[in-house]
Amino acid sequence: MAENLEKAIREICELNGNDHTRMMDIVREVQQRFGRVSSEAMDFIADAVNSHRVEVESVVSFYSFLSEKQKGKFVIRLCNDVIDKMHGVDNVAQAFREELGIDFGESTPDGKFTLEWTACIGMCDQAPAALVNDKMITRLSTDSAREIIKSLKANGDENRLTHLLGDGNNANLLVNSMVNNNIREEGPVIFAKLDAGKALHKALAMSAVEVIKDVKTARLRGRGGAGFPTGMKWEFTRAAEGDEKVVICNADEGEPGTFKDRVVLTERPDLMFEGMTIAGYAIGAQTGVVYLRAEYAYLRAFLESVLADRRNNNLLGNNILGKEGFNFDIRIQMGAGAYICGEETALISSCEGLRGDPKNRPPFPAQKGYLANPTSVNNVETFCCVAQILDKGAGWFAEMGSTGSTGTKLLSISGDCTRPGVYELPFGILVGDMLEKAGAENPYAVQVGGPSGQLIGKADFQRTICYDDVATGGSVMIFNEDRNPLEIAHEFMEFFCEESCGYCTPCRAGNELIKERLEVIMKGEGTPEDLDYLEQLGKTVAVSSRCGLGQTSPNPVLSSLKNFRGEYEKLVKENKDGMQRTFDIHKALATGEELQGRKSVIYAD
Amino acid sequence: MSDKIKFTIDGVEVEATPGQTIMQAADEAGVYIPRLCAHKDLLPFGSCRVCTVMVNDRPQAACTQPVSAGMSVESETEEIRQIRVNLIEMLFVEGNHYCPFCEKSGNCELQALGYRLGMLAPKYPYMFNKHDVDASHPDIYIDHNRCILCARCVRSSKELDGKNVFQFVGRGIHKKVAFNSDTNLGATDVSVTDKAIENCPVGAILKKGVGYSVPIGKRMYDTQPIGSDIEARKATAK
Repeated sequence: MAENLEKAIREICELNGNDHTRMMDIVREVQQRFGRVSSEAMDFIADAVNSHRVEVESVVSFYSFLSEKQKGKFVIRLCNDVIDKMHGVDNVAQAFREELGIDFGESTPDGKFTLEWTACIGMCDQAPAALVNDKMITRLSTDSAREIIKSLKANGDENRLTHLLGDGNNANLLVNSMVNNNIREEGPVIFAKLDAGKALHKALAMSAVEVIKDVKTARLRGRGGAGFPTGMKWEFTRAAEGDEKVVICNADEGEPGTFKDRVVLTERPDLMFEGMTIAGYAIGAQTGVVYLRAEYAYLRAFLESVLADRRNNNLLGNNILGKEGFNFDIRIQMGAGAYICGEETALISSCEGLRGDPKNRPPFPAQKGYLANPTSVNNVETFCCVAQILDKGAGWFAEMGSTGSTGTKLLSISGDCTRPGVYELPFGILVGDMLEKAGAENPYAVQVGGPSGQLIGKADFQRTICYDDVATGGSVMIFNEDRNPLEIAHEFMEFFCEESCGYCTPCRAGNELIKERLEVIMKGEGTPEDLDYLEQLGKTVAVSSRCGLGQTSPNPVLSSLKNFRGEYEKLVKENKDGMQRTFDIHKALATGEELQGRKSVIYAD
Repeated sequence: MSDKIKFTIDGVEVEATPGQTIMQAADEAGVYIPRLCAHKDLLPFGSCRVCTVMVNDRPQAACTQPVSAGMSVESETEEIRQIRVNLIEMLFVEGNHYCPFCEKSGNCELQALGYRLGMLAPKYPYMFNKHDVDASHPDIYIDHNRCILCARCVRSSKELDGKNVFQFVGRGIHKKVAFNSDTNLGATDVSVTDKAIENCPVGAILKKGVGYSVPIGKRMYDTQPIGSDIEARKATAK
């Protein structure tokens, strides 16, 4: 066995050029083949790529889809985000437990099954959802959960789980998925038809500087959420010193409640690749990388086939469309389960085969990014906008939306509404109008922008969706009057605690403290002072954290405190007797007795 | 010296060499900015966030942020002092720091910063996270209870010792320092003379057989607060 492992690892490393920067591909492959990356495997990998075993361990221990512990043949990852919970995932979980006789985090003794919780897998519009290995299973019920286990036990093949295929390219043989697109409103940018190569052809007739000027004139801003002007990012990258330049597409859609990139990747991959190629031309890059989140591995074969078609049509490769000297190609880099890798510098770390730790800025990626080369990281949707801008003109694009936020925005809407799905709407739309389109039922609170965004209430429904008012990277979760804002905030704090990389103090420890105090309040043991405590603590985390994740991680609590303070005030009580309500003398006594191994004589019942 | 640039820290003009970080320039000017993960012999890391300052009203880590001409840096404001105290308190409650019997007491940078910043008992509840102690090495032991994840050992081993003994594993609150070995610290090529051992700011990595060799009252920060050496530069410069 040991020899086989060593031989297999040598082969895997060899296939990846024994290159330690390809560590993600190496450890993913080892995980897939052996169900784990064992301590022994780490030694072999380190030896093959001339690294240190602790560096390999560092990577393996960082990503939730990798593990040193043996996983079952079928790893079932059930999504536990707030929307799935609203749709009865707890019952589904119970069905899995009963059917397998194990709890979450455990494997069956025969080594067949592992049951795990996972954060949002991008299926909030068809929750509850789970991954069985790479296979996406949606609209789960207790019945279908039991059937899945029966089928896997009988057939031993997760590919035989899908009976009904989804719409559009979900039914493509290379996708072969039951996922539905749920496209509810098609707009003029992302969902407008554009023949492959048309925009690129126009771009190549212009100079690179003119292309960037067009993107700037369109006033295109990054669709991932931060809203940085795309043209400026390209200009910096183009101007930066370095022979090798890199374009990276951030397809690590991980913000809970977001699933719009899933639909773009399924239905508009050509548009996205076209935008990336135009970016390559504009900044003078030869290398393009799509960082695809591990949860979307089911789309990989299909995306590879689109890339192959583009290579065959000279839309990628050397001297693209006859443009002498313009060489550009795109590879897909798989992630391995880490929300933080959606942060651009963490994403770059991951592409380099490292832990997904964000990097210090400066230098910015535009100066020194992937393998120290000037790099532009843009969102899936941003690249699609670029292609349309080059085809239809900057003026056409800039006329849509609002002054500071031109164009349209893809929104992923889920929760308490009759029409969950993807909407392409012009920037500047009122929150209330958006809710009406989605068929929101008695909306009480809306989480715009995911956990790192804001939880807003009715008072804000007259505000507009755009970068300068209610901003969002695409996530919109609707909650009706039966939902509790504190529980929602708590779900999100759990998410951030789970997903913090742990690099900096405030995000690593501060979020744990916020979650702890929120739990105290939810149990009815809080005092009015605890609300100030949470605000001060939240502010410290927001101000002093190192990256965007930490800086926005207290938002669930800070925004619900601002917009739903009454819900908190209902639960906290003045501490009139000066007693600490969180202190339970009986519990403390029991702990003491356990430690001492004898009963208390003084406090005997 | 015409290539020097000027900026201000708390309204006082400071000279700097382009390419320097705010902290490097401040140190040279005899202005102490509190820090834990930063170390003069190591590359900037930016993990503890204790050196947070406001640069033109935006928060930045002084240890990683380069200087630019005319920038306005705020460091000694009540708001920033409070953030720094909060960060120090987070580190105290996240780990298990038993100052009264820790060998590093009096020489510990975390403790000394607590004193300097006027921290009393932490307002945050102790997490009582469980951590291991590894005493497998004949000359060194590591107590993860007292580790503040500053990466000085990780970086010193790579940058100064030419080794690769330490690295982080896990993430979030479960993040910890691991060793380049499939068993324990004793099985690595670490040596008691490594800078990685010397540069630990707290009592997480300690040398065996040293114990309490210097009596209380005569340890480094018993006689003067942390940062005094840097502030003394100002006195001599003037």
